[in-house]
Amino acid sequence: MKMFALRKRRKTSDVARERIQILLAHERGVIGSSDLIATLRNEILVAVAKYVPVEIDQVDVKMDRGATLSTLQIDIEFPVISR
Amino acid sequence: MGQVLVVTSGKGGVGKTTSTAALGAALAQGGQSVVLVDFDVGLRNLDLVMGAERRVVFDLINVIQDRAKLSQALIRDKRLDNLCLLPASQTRDKDALTEDGVARVIEELQSNFDWVICDSPAGIGRGAVLAMQHADIAAIVTNPEISSVRDSDRIIGLLDAKTEKAKIGEHVAKHLLITRYDETRANSGDMLQIDDVLDILSIPLLGIVPESQEVLRASNLGSPVTICSPKSVPALAYSDAARRLNGEVLEMIIPAEKNRLLGKLFGRRAA
Ligand SMILES: Nc1ncnc2c1ncn2[C@@H]1O[C@H](COP(=O)(O)OP(=O)(O)OP(=O)(O)O)[C@@H](O)[C@H]1O
Ligand SMILES: [Mg+2]
Repeated sequence: MKMFALRKRRKTSDVARERIQILLAHERGVIGSSDLIATLRNEILVAVAKYVPVEIDQVDVKMDRGATLSTLQIDIEFPVISR
Repeated sequence: MGQVLVVTSGKGGVGKTTSTAALGAALAQGGQSVVLVDFDVGLRNLDLVMGAERRVVFDLINVIQDRAKLSQALIRDKRLDNLCLLPASQTRDKDALTEDGVARVIEELQSNFDWVICDSPAGIGRGAVLAMQHADIAAIVTNPEISSVRDSDRIIGLLDAKTEKAKIGEHVAKHLLITRYDETRANSGDMLQIDDVLDILSIPLLGIVPESQEVLRASNLGSPVTICSPKSVPALAYSDAARRLNGEVLEMIIPAEKNRLLGKLFGRRAA
């Protein structure tokens, strides 16, 4: 919430500059391509699938690109396996 | 089944993406579920206008090519949880957008949302035709100037010829959305009159959105104007337009910005 208050006082052009800089930094680099994310997801899925039965639509990939740090969050749902 | 609205224009840069974001947000603010679909393959911008550019993982073409499920590609708005975005692809080539693929995605979206709003690319090419393909309603974004009116006329022709509705002998409901209306220039007589534009295109008026600083601020912040400054003149114009899309009959207000007095005082000299 503090961030929000801070943002409100800033000029909107400053916000715009920061947003476009972060975006372009990513789009110009490899991390910007959604292919990379799809590849990562598929390879992680293959690795997990060796041990547990998972389907592609049980994999949820979320991305948050930041100025200095980005996060890639991969959630995989899989059933309880009884032996 | 949800309704499909295409936001189109022919001419570039008239305010389609801005209007898609604002109308979508306004409909969602009214309580309906809304998905915005960016058809501008290679030049997507709706993600930026919606402030979702950092969160794009998959896009429309990934879904069409079965590389991602629709649910994985939809980005839920952080401010309104009944508003989603399906981004366009930024890199891949335009031919990846197939007629069958688009049909399948739109149908699936229609069964999950009250409104499916398609942000058309400029031009009258394949991209624009695909964006309007499944439309029930069209918002034809037009600036009060001759080249924009001419291009809108072309688009009206396409809507009557190339859409699924046209192919089965029905009509897409066409509405005119006038944007970037400049009161100062209107008063000085240098802008096409709204009546004249309506006369020429002869389709009903959905709204008149003024040229406004608030629209630029909203785009800088990545927030539709109806969310970022809901009391502003352009936001009210978009909110009323959204209500008209739902069949409400409202008095049309010709927008006047706060600088109206200034415009009146200096209008003559500026002209
Ligand atoms: N009512 C308005 N007042 C002021 N600026 C506006 C208004 N509507 C749109 N703009 C500005 O005009 C520019 C073009 O708008 P927008 O991107 O929405 O057009 P578009 O029709 O989607 O363009 P394209 O054909 O390239 O997709 C943007 O910079 C936007 O901020
Ligand atoms: Mg656009």
